[in-house]
Amino acid sequence: MDVEILARIQFAFTIAFHYIYPPLSIGIGLIMVIMEGLYLKTGNKDYEILTRFWLKIFAITFGIGVATGIIMEFEFGTNWAVYSRYVGDIFGSALAAEGLFAFGLESTFLGVLLFGWNRVSPKVHFISAIGVFLGSMFSAVWIVVANSWQQTPAGYHIVGEGFNARAEVTDFWAMVFNPSSVDRIIHVWQGAFLAGAFLVLSVHAYYIRKGRYLEISKKAFKIALVVATIVSFTQLLSGHSSADGVAVNQPAKLAAMEGHYEKHAPADLYLLGWVDNENQKVTGIGLPGGLSFLVHQDFQSPITGLNAFPEEDRPGQVNAVFQFYHIMISIGMFLIALTFYASFLWWKGKLFENKWLMWIFSFSVILPQIANQAGWFAAEIGRQPWIVYGHLRTSQGFSQEVSANQIIFSLVMFTVIYSLLLVLFLYSLNKKIKYGPYDEAKKPLEII
Amino acid sequence: METFLGIDYPTLWFLVVGLLFSGYAILEGFDYGAGAWHLFFKKDLSRRIAINAIGPIWDANQVWLIIGGGALFAGFPVMYATMLSAMYVPFMLFLMFLVLRSTSIKFRSSEEMPWWRKTWDIIYFISNVAIAFLLGVVLGNVLQGFEIGPNYSYQGGIFFSFLSPYAIMTGFTTLSIFMTQGAIFLLLKTEGRLHARLTFLLKKGMIFFIVSFSITSLYTLIFIPGVTDNFKSNPVSFLLPIFSFLAVANIPRLVSKKKYFQALVFSSLTMAFLLMLVAFQLYPVLLPSTIHSDYSVTVYNAASSQNSLGNMLMIVVIGTPLLAGYFIFLYRTFNGKVKLDDTSY
Repeated sequence: MDVEILARIQFAFTIAFHYIYPPLSIGIGLIMVIMEGLYLKTGNKDYEILTRFWLKIFAITFGIGVATGIIMEFEFGTNWAVYSRYVGDIFGSALAAEGLFAFGLESTFLGVLLFGWNRVSPKVHFISAIGVFLGSMFSAVWIVVANSWQQTPAGYHIVGEGFNARAEVTDFWAMVFNPSSVDRIIHVWQGAFLAGAFLVLSVHAYYIRKGRYLEISKKAFKIALVVATIVSFTQLLSGHSSADGVAVNQPAKLAAMEGHYEKHAPADLYLLGWVDNENQKVTGIGLPGGLSFLVHQDFQSPITGLNAFPEEDRPGQVNAVFQFYHIMISIGMFLIALTFYASFLWWKGKLFENKWLMWIFSFSVILPQIANQAGWFAAEIGRQPWIVYGHLRTSQGFSQEVSANQIIFSLVMFTVIYSLLLVLFLYSLNKKIKYGPYDEAKKPLEII
Repeated sequence: METFLGIDYPTLWFLVVGLLFSGYAILEGFDYGAGAWHLFFKKDLSRRIAINAIGPIWDANQVWLIIGGGALFAGFPVMYATMLSAMYVPFMLFLMFLVLRSTSIKFRSSEEMPWWRKTWDIIYFISNVAIAFLLGVVLGNVLQGFEIGPNYSYQGGIFFSFLSPYAIMTGFTTLSIFMTQGAIFLLLKTEGRLHARLTFLLKKGMIFFIVSFSITSLYTLIFIPGVTDNFKSNPVSFLLPIFSFLAVANIPRLVSKKKYFQALVFSSLTMAFLLMLVAFQLYPVLLPSTIHSDYSVTVYNAASSQNSLGNMLMIVVIGTPLLAGYFIFLYRTFNGKVKLDDTSY
């Protein structure tokens, strides 16, 4: 295999694995802050027990998130050297700002959050929890800003030519608030809230099914259900707004998302389907003119199709973009239905009577994870063949001096270590869930 | 070119990056150093205490690596890209050991089985030693220079060329100074038998440091061309090696007086002086080319635009006091000897 495809596989693998964890940390962080806030406000011990329990799970997800995140920071340089020289002026400042403003905040307060129970007052502990949560939210901001700039560059000019060409910042705030940043930050935040909320829902649904820790589980379930119900709906709005932005800024990506080829024609909206890229044909169930309606509120209005772009300027994997995009949408719709139905039952006072509903919630934890991954895959494959949209191609961005064998070496290494991490993560998550929120009597420690 | 206090932006950013890497070396120096002693402690409880000595702070200390890396990427993208892609194998190993190290901290004490803890102890020890060593190896390679051709293309060997004799020596020197730093930090955080054992180990660590440092210095003076050029042009700079020597000499005196915090300050100063020495040797070059000096990566050809560096300096000016505040809060909260409780690792 050639260096470019290996570098892409390695990046996709390491970033996708990394992206299991930070959304969980952000989402659990939000629920944990709510729980601890309720504890401080009501003084009810149940909320303290819940906070301590979820803090332990938070600690694992956060830890693996940081460990796998550091690799990402250096992988731009190791595998994407040409890209790094090209965008360092812009992308680098976002990364550095992330380190200083976000990671600094979360990592220092993390120590107090995890180990400070007996050393600081409950209020200071709560402030630390908020610090860590805000830090993780800010992290998402800067990272998504950096990625959004690759999708919709703004506030820059290109200096130099050929090998020495690079993008330089002309307007810092225009770069930060590039056309897609705000939509995508909100979309990513909400995806993270859903990932965390559904883990909480899943674990407590499991307890409720088993009849264990009923009192506190019901409390936790309700907190997470409120978050999940609101966010699954607002996520639909943010997704719509994001897609509107794609229609304006990255028409080739939008066309790939719905498999729309004709240069200038009304476009359909598919529920599900299969794209035959060679014959430029989509087989599936959909609403004729639906995409036109969503973008222009008119079923007849034309949408720019893939054929309006030269072959070399449009995504090669149209079906992949289509499928990932539709997986995300379908899951989003299902989550809305599920949470609204559960909230309706809660309103009727019958929420915890449905055993099968608790079964569905136990397994739904995987769905936001899949949707988050699928959304990113659609966004990133849809950006191809560009690494910086309209300026630098992915095929020009990788490190020329790195050989295929070196990448195979590191790819094998990452596969081994990440498998180990995943096993450890699932094992200790499972163990903590089985062990439950209550600590047994503390064992006395031997003295040296 | 724009300047601030008479210093041009690339040079200013060079100082910022140098400061961040010094912070990283000092703080993670005692973290990695403490871990590099791990198997020298025999009892499980001693090992647990040693891990919990850095328990609440190592995540925060790691921030300096993230910010340093980000600052290098942002300020000197050419340096960041060229160094990382040329040093592909050592950096991948470095990253792998970083992951293994954090994993072993998190999971070592989560199970009671002796085989589980012993396995993680070994992984933890090896990771810390390897990280310290690899950092030194990369530094050695930078000092020696890379085979960089036109357009910053690396033309050197691919897999094991980074392990030159000189790089191995700088690797050992870095490991030894981290171990010294780590032992002093643990002295500060422990009591009883473990403390007594560390007093003994620190002596070994200092001998290890003085021996490797002397050999490396001699080798540098004899075999690395151009090292002394910057010194000849500015004789005041001879103070740097003298300062670092004095700082080292002060450590045993302070340890024998049980002034561990001051000893930690002086071993940190040693590191800072040595890094200044490196910076002074190199400047304005960041990465010397062994093919032709025209191909060297310098602070000027590697730097981002004036505009970007100006923005970044603002970010640093705003962000650093905030970060300092967080650190003071964190370190004050966990001041004093390690006490294990139900939240410990």
